[in-house]
Amino acid sequence: MKMNKSGGRLHWLLALQAVILMLLASSPHVFADEALDQAVLKLQSPKLMEVRQALPLLKDSESEVADELLAALLTSDLYRSRADDRLVVMGATMPGGVEVRRLDMATEPPGLTEPEIAKKGDFRRVATNNAMRRQIRTLIATRSLQHKEVSRRLNAVNQIFDKLDEDNVELIQSAFAGEDNAEVKALMQQALQLFRLQTGALGDQLEAAQNLQDSLQPAVVNEFRSLRRELTDIADTRPLTAQEKLLQRAASDGIRKVEEKAEFYSKVENLFFGLSLGSVLVLAAIGLAVTFGVMGVINMAHGELIMLGAYTTFVIQQLMPQQVGLALLLSIPCAFVVSAVVGMLIERGVIRFLYGRPLETLLATFGVSLILQQAVRSIFSPLNRAVESPDWMHGVWQINPIFSITYNRLFIIFFSLMVFFALLLVLKKTSLGLRVRAVSQNRAMAQAMGVRSAWVDCTTFGLGSGIAGIAGVALSQLTNVGPNLGQSYIIDSFMVVVFGGVGNLWGTLVAGLSLGVANKFLEPFSGAVLAKILVLIFIILFIQKRPRGLFPQKGRAVDG
Amino acid sequence: MAELNPARFAGTHRKAVFDAGTNWFLGVLFAATLLVTLANQLLPPDSPFHVATFTVTLLGKYLTLALLAVAVDFVWGYMGILSLGHGAFFGLGGYAMGMYLMRQIGDRGVYGHPELPDFMVFLNWSELPWFWQGFDQFWFAALMILLVPGTLAFVFGWLAFRSRVSGVYLSIITQALTYALMLAFFRNEMGFGGNNGLTDFKDLLGFDLQSDDTRIGLFITSAIALSLGYLLCKWITVTRFGRVMLAVRDAENRTRFSGYKVEHVQLVVFVLSAMIAGVAGALYVPQVGIINPGEFSPLNSIEIVVWVAIGGRATLYGAVIGALLVNFSKTWFTGVMPEVWLFALGGLFVFVTIVLPQGISGLFRHLKKKQGDPPIGPDAPVHREATA
Repeated sequence: MKMNKSGGRLHWLLALQAVILMLLASSPHVFADEALDQAVLKLQSPKLMEVRQALPLLKDSESEVADELLAALLTSDLYRSRADDRLVVMGATMPGGVEVRRLDMATEPPGLTEPEIAKKGDFRRVATNNAMRRQIRTLIATRSLQHKEVSRRLNAVNQIFDKLDEDNVELIQSAFAGEDNAEVKALMQQALQLFRLQTGALGDQLEAAQNLQDSLQPAVVNEFRSLRRELTDIADTRPLTAQEKLLQRAASDGIRKVEEKAEFYSKVENLFFGLSLGSVLVLAAIGLAVTFGVMGVINMAHGELIMLGAYTTFVIQQLMPQQVGLALLLSIPCAFVVSAVVGMLIERGVIRFLYGRPLETLLATFGVSLILQQAVRSIFSPLNRAVESPDWMHGVWQINPIFSITYNRLFIIFFSLMVFFALLLVLKKTSLGLRVRAVSQNRAMAQAMGVRSAWVDCTTFGLGSGIAGIAGVALSQLTNVGPNLGQSYIIDSFMVVVFGGVGNLWGTLVAGLSLGVANKFLEPFSGAVLAKILVLIFIILFIQKRPRGLFPQKGRAVDG
Repeated sequence: MAELNPARFAGTHRKAVFDAGTNWFLGVLFAATLLVTLANQLLPPDSPFHVATFTVTLLGKYLTLALLAVAVDFVWGYMGILSLGHGAFFGLGGYAMGMYLMRQIGDRGVYGHPELPDFMVFLNWSELPWFWQGFDQFWFAALMILLVPGTLAFVFGWLAFRSRVSGVYLSIITQALTYALMLAFFRNEMGFGGNNGLTDFKDLLGFDLQSDDTRIGLFITSAIALSLGYLLCKWITVTRFGRVMLAVRDAENRTRFSGYKVEHVQLVVFVLSAMIAGVAGALYVPQVGIINPGEFSPLNSIEIVVWVAIGGRATLYGAVIGALLVNFSKTWFTGVMPEVWLFALGGLFVFVTIVLPQGISGLFRHLKKKQGDPPIGPDAPVHREATA
């Protein structure tokens, strides 16, 4: 038994050793880039001929840094040190010298160091001439067209779209043969067709125009427009030939199709913006829906609980500035706890004495909100603080050339839906939720059944407040964090709850999303501020018509 | 629990306009106005009892705010409508006065345009918008000071009361109302000077606004307006109509079932209160010299409610005491230690609602109760609101 065990361990150790050895042995081979090594040697030479010989070597290099060297060479920003011939990329002129980034061949893979300040006189420019620069441009384009990442290749083709010429087209044609990604291939095809449309004979143009009917590229549409204009101008002087007429029609069709699509996508974009705005509203309002809707307590400090959540995010990010993403994930539970504790303190210290007197509760919690605001102002200064977003929330999801979605908005939508359903689950499926619903429907009866209603009040208030804190985490990713953050959301949140129907979480969801969408669809006609005013007026009128909101609570519990 | 205490109303029919509270209030107000005026006019500036014109204007400003508090007490204290949007009516009255004062500047503005105010010249407007017509006449402006807030209150109140929106819902939509107005007035396109509002006033009815005499005059006018507003509200509350108001406050549904048109009573009182607030705003603007959309901010409106709560509801003089006290301390705090002011104000909100639900005047009443004269203010949480 014992032998067996140690024998097993021995096996593991041996295996581990083998793996380590393999890694050690293979690592120089993985990163070895002889082409780059040689290219650097050539670039360090003062002779133009040698530098020119470096270019094909750079083309073959597998390192990312080769792109940076080429780009620097193109803009004449590549220098070598007078002292030891090391290559540097020169940046902006700063007080006390220039910014330089040194080429560091020791790291794996080789790269540029962080910028430092140095004297310009210590470096010599690496010589280039016009013929070389043309060659470099082609090299850069080729390298990116044949890059191993699809997104880089797409990007490269997109960049060529705006400045198609013989050289570029040749590049694309040669890259097209070796391309295996369908998306990149289609895009290249479009670029080639566009070039035919721009330069070809009439027959070619007609064929290209028909091939490009479904393209959404702005460059294609622009070309169609100028073609149509040209043809109209020609039509003023002489009747068009049959082929010209066909081309004119193809161009018009292409423009019409793109315009139809553009209109459709702008609607989709509005809808998406509206949903993301609406989900912010939902997030800000569902905490309130719990305290106001379920408990009947007007908490004017709700906005400040959101603000506390946002500041918690800020503080945690200050504590761990290196890990933005982790800090954000950590701040969700932390913000929940901070806001929930503050909320429970408010309930125990103030609201408890005012049950049954909603107007007084409103005033007292407003006082609390002023105190919280001023406290934050005193602690963190009245200035707005910026909270960084992690990398995975940056960026754009480019669905097609005229429609894209930003990731942070997408995240907000999913996040608020998650919070919503989590809350729904808590209220419907847990015993706490059961008690909360019991107390909100009939307090006296619930007490008679043994529910400790005071304790339920306190927890419910903590739950609603904690969700406000989570909303603050989300808001910190959209706007700056400041002492007035909460105030700007409190009226909107009340509107959402009242519009959706008090005591109804689904109502809050529908109301928040539809108000957000309505806001965004009104904006193009009326401007952002007026849209907001119109929505407010609409809600004021709506409450007159249906004082209990979209989805009123039914049953005997509701007793006006 | 739902029973009304008959003793609460016993003897209230004897109430006259000039009861002890009113007499005291008018007496003190008259004496203070007289003293301040004399101290400003007759005493030499180096006398320790001399009141500087700056202080007089400050006092005048407080009196207009006190009038605003009376208007809020009139709807809240006597009829139970907690309006968180009275700043809107105050601001509209102020803007009407501001528009008149702007037109009086004439060609003395920075750009020297004979008709257009500076900000319109700045925005490249070529002619006066239609809603600025007529404001060069004082009678028209005076009419608008009453009509604009009154009309808004009428339309808003008619919609709200007809569909029986009450309690907290009403409070929140009045807050939305003033919030919407604030957003609207911040827009330059509205033609009310946007962010900066209306300012750089020169004269009022031919009197130079910078001169000491005009400032004393405005102070005295504010005192008179406050007395008249007080008397008007007081008179209404002791009439039969006033009894119905109290009934609406204490048991809205019972009043309705007894055959009274509750929404009519609410509408009349709400509109009247809005007009008084408008007058207060109109007197406020020439004394502070500026009106901007900040007056519409929800915080301002809710602050008014706190003045009334601190002074004590349903007494009118309590509202005045609260307004003066809070504004004095606001001026003092913001001068000495501005960062503490919001703590103090917030603390007051909490303290008054929990510890002192009847405000300062509740303390007076406590003393009076021993003499067997029951008050007409709300002395217990009204149960009806609990289900609203």
